[in-house]
Amino acid sequence: MSYKKRLDGRDFEEPRPMEAKVGIIPRADGSAMFKIGDTIAYAAVYGPRNLHPRFLQDPTKGILRVNYNMMPFSGSGDRVRPGGSRRSKEIALVTEKALLPVLDLSDFPNAVVDVFIEFPQTDAGSRCAGISAAAMALADAGLAMKDLVSAVAVGKVDDRIVADLCYAEEAYEDGDVADIPMAYLPTLDRFTLLQMDGVVAKDDISKGLELGRKVCRQIAEVQKAALKNKYGAGVEKNDS
Amino acid sequence: MSEIIAKEKEVVVPGEILATGMDYLPSNGTYRHGDNIVSSMLGVLRVDGKVLKTMPLSGAYLPMKGDTIIAQVTEILISGWRVDTNSAYSAVLSLKDGSSSYIPHGADLSQYFGIGDYMITKIVNVTSQNLIDITMKGPGLRKLKGGRAIYVNTNKVPRVIGKGGSMVSMIKNCTGCQITVGQNGVIWVQGEPKNEIIAVDTIKKIEAESHIPGLTEKIKQHLEKVTGKKVNQNVV
Repeated sequence: MSYKKRLDGRDFEEPRPMEAKVGIIPRADGSAMFKIGDTIAYAAVYGPRNLHPRFLQDPTKGILRVNYNMMPFSGSGDRVRPGGSRRSKEIALVTEKALLPVLDLSDFPNAVVDVFIEFPQTDAGSRCAGISAAAMALADAGLAMKDLVSAVAVGKVDDRIVADLCYAEEAYEDGDVADIPMAYLPTLDRFTLLQMDGVVAKDDISKGLELGRKVCRQIAEVQKAALKNKYGAGVEKNDS
Repeated sequence: MSEIIAKEKEVVVPGEILATGMDYLPSNGTYRHGDNIVSSMLGVLRVDGKVLKTMPLSGAYLPMKGDTIIAQVTEILISGWRVDTNSAYSAVLSLKDGSSSYIPHGADLSQYFGIGDYMITKIVNVTSQNLIDITMKGPGLRKLKGGRAIYVNTNKVPRVIGKGGSMVSMIKNCTGCQITVGQNGVIWVQGEPKNEIIAVDTIKKIEAESHIPGLTEKIKQHLEKVTGKKVNQNVV
């Protein structure tokens, strides 16, 4: 049996429709929304600010603290129990590791930059949507960043390599499924997150990475447009 | 061959390639990656000869030596006061720098500055660990009584002040309020309650629209509309 047509009718290399907005939470220092298909991520950045408890303070540089949270009725099935879980803790950790390489927090010793990522609705690919939203929120917070971070999952459904799996594809039962979430720095051409779930041949991983690169560049364009769009009317031409 | 790819005075995002070739130099908010100069901030591109800069549009206040700021007392220490600087770091006002008059040993320090008091103060030193010393000794530095303090984006402070203080003096003249703008984004306004509200609204308007061309004219019209008075910009 082979996978001839995607369950939601997309092309094999086509991501779900995307939408991004920056500056949606006025009280936060930086914020962004990233929506891909039915997965919606909101990210809010606070700081650099005073860090407590004090034993977490690092006198050489500021630290990044990420919180990942799925809202109770955000999934398609059971209610997600509120509060942290083993899963959310892991995803917060990999999100932090995916974002840190672009950030320079050496100007903020003993301080913290807090990132809160909330999901009102999810349909697979939430860690990737969260990273894409958080990258925009960090840029909006005015932090020094070497590059944006764009994230997507690629995978193999049965015999086809596909981009940006939806939940129905992750749960595909007529063949093997592999799911490879990745985060990518579009200008520096580096990967900062690479995880895998499932079974996949070595060759297909390389093909998957190549496809992931391509899709991440598309995501980066959406992120860029959203960041610029916040200051839509242009900037005053004279200095003050 | 070198050329600038992004447009000057336009918004650039982190990771955006600004220029190629070795003829241009990276400065604040940009860095060199191979042959390219890349932005490391969300901001506005400025080209100064061969030097490329990104001026940030947002971000928290980072304390700098010599800045005049408005700070709030958060704690009374054994020989001084700890104040909030609207940044990630608090500052210490030592007894010696707190008052020009002699403070006797064992005096009640809350007599001078109580918790919650605002003051106009100056940063005298910032260490590499961002420990901050401030002083009250200097022209215009004082404790603030009455009025109200509002918080604006630090990067918008130059806009609120305007060229040579033109914007802030326009608001002062129009509303009759006393206004002090701290470099840390805290602005203190004192006057008739009705006028205070007009001044605060105007400052918030400047903050929201500072990136739109023709700001001064817009604010002038806004002030004329709400106060019903003609604004003469040349009177300082």
